[in-house]
Amino acid sequence: MFELLGITPQGLVAQLLVGLINGSFYAILSLGLAIIFGLLNIINFAHGAQYTMGAFIAWIGLTQISQWLGFPELSINYWFALIVVPLVLAGFGLILERTMLRRLYHLDHLYGLLLTFGLALIIEGMFRHWYGISGESYPAPELLQGAIPLESIGIILPKYRLWVVVISLAVCFSTWYVIERTKLGAYLRAGTENPKLLQAFGINVPLMISLAYAYGVGLAGFAGVLAAPIFQVNPLMGSNLIIVVFAVVVIGGMGSIMGAILTGLALGLVEGLTKVFYPEASGVVIFVIMAIVLLIRPAGLFGREK
Amino acid sequence: MNSKTKLLYAILVLIALLLPFQDFIYLVFAMKVLCFALFACAFNLLLGFTGLLSFGHAAFFGTAAYITAYFCKEAGFSPELGILLGVVGSGVLGFLIGALAIRRQGIYFAMVTLALSQMVYFLAVQLPYTGGEDGIQGVPRGMLFGLIDLKDDVAMYYFVLAVFLFGFALIMRAVHSPFGQVLKAIRENEPRAISLGYDVDRFKLMSFVISATLAGLAGSMKSLVFQLATLTDVHWHMSGEVVLMTLLGGMGTILGPVVGAGIVVGLQNYLANIGSWSTIATGFIFVICVLAFRRGVVGEIVAHLKNKN
Repeated sequence: MFELLGITPQGLVAQLLVGLINGSFYAILSLGLAIIFGLLNIINFAHGAQYTMGAFIAWIGLTQISQWLGFPELSINYWFALIVVPLVLAGFGLILERTMLRRLYHLDHLYGLLLTFGLALIIEGMFRHWYGISGESYPAPELLQGAIPLESIGIILPKYRLWVVVISLAVCFSTWYVIERTKLGAYLRAGTENPKLLQAFGINVPLMISLAYAYGVGLAGFAGVLAAPIFQVNPLMGSNLIIVVFAVVVIGGMGSIMGAILTGLALGLVEGLTKVFYPEASGVVIFVIMAIVLLIRPAGLFGREK
Repeated sequence: MNSKTKLLYAILVLIALLLPFQDFIYLVFAMKVLCFALFACAFNLLLGFTGLLSFGHAAFFGTAAYITAYFCKEAGFSPELGILLGVVGSGVLGFLIGALAIRRQGIYFAMVTLALSQMVYFLAVQLPYTGGEDGIQGVPRGMLFGLIDLKDDVAMYYFVLAVFLFGFALIMRAVHSPFGQVLKAIRENEPRAISLGYDVDRFKLMSFVISATLAGLAGSMKSLVFQLATLTDVHWHMSGEVVLMTLLGGMGTILGPVVGAGIVVGLQNYLANIGSWSTIATGFIFVICVLAFRRGVVGEIVAHLKNKN
């Protein structure tokens, strides 16, 4: 059957792996958007820019910081960046929430979208001003360079890509576990449902909201570091991705955490398959699916209208 | 409309009519402002008077620009016919996107329009008719109705001004009609409008289509003025810009988008030489507007005058 369609099994598996990687990024980013939306009721348009920031900070840490500080030996390696960069971005998110977003909660939700859109433009513009749009490369860590050959089916699997899929799934599912199965998660869900009542029970809801935003932004930064060795680190990497993630969010609906993860992964795979069978449509397939979902089930696959 | 407002409009139109007789403001700049002012006014009908935030209006602006540019250049159509085709095209696209988008509310509406306009952007990149990265360049302005040569900037300026005034008057008429009152009712309280028996979805869709059509008219004019249709016209940055013009000028005011368009276009002209600063400045204005200046320039003035009375 494969011969008939002019597609090799190797090609199919390779595209599926690419799809799975894209899906992992969709999943992490839409998860972050869903958490932020749940508590803050805003769509974080700056999510893509924060993902770009993650990649850039990792790159700066690896190659630039030694010159800036005058220590030629100093270089923040990949593993360290994987922990530090999300924390830096979480701190950045905390500051944004405390100084700006907080002022908008009593207004129409659209103002949050407009504010974060402005922030996205500022971040993107600054990186473009400093580093141009050509893109910088970030080498994969030594441990994960090379590939695993699977000779029985004639396929080689790049180690770094496998790692990205595994670690993103681990992060997504542990986030799901914390939110759905622990006491902290119960507070979080209660805050989504009815913040005033929760505050009456003595929970510090404003702090929880700040931390939720910080966590979502941290996730975006984490995805940025993961993406740095796969894609070129360039100022536009986030804005191109975030619009697709918005479509993913519309398809999944933001009502459920698991829904966001599964929709992200599934759409990545669908996109990969489209690349195999009808490459011209791979750029628009997610938007077409979104249109179909809007016609059949407007609230989204896992969503409920508020 | 009271007599003072009428006087203000009369003075503004007079200034616009006299603009070609001076040397301080370039006519091309004035035409750009008028095109974007029409675009922003069309957008304001949706955001300011219906309460729907579309983040994909560049799709209509750009599609019409491409259609007009294509037919005027490749098929040798006259400018009025090219514009007509562009406007019809953006209207049809507006109907398709609008019919999908009004199925969701609020933030989702913004995301759906953004995603669908990104799809239009991808199509513009890939389709063979659009010239890919280069766009369609060197579009002839042609002879309007076979009589007026639009190559002359002054003639082109008066044509753009006439089209702008037509679009502006249409929007003003719509806003002050019973139809406009229903739109405002939807903006203020949608469930109540439903319970009063209005078919809210139909009104929203009509508002969306009118807005998309007029945005297309602005796009068609722009492609003739600059003799150019490119990917910039369909990019989401363009959708963001029109939101900014409306927000900065004052959403829900009649003149606000015109003022906002003037400021944003002027600023871009001024900052164009220093590259990415234009994006950064746009971002900062967004943040400041949302945090501290939500009524916009015209909104603030109106509020100030009301306070004095």
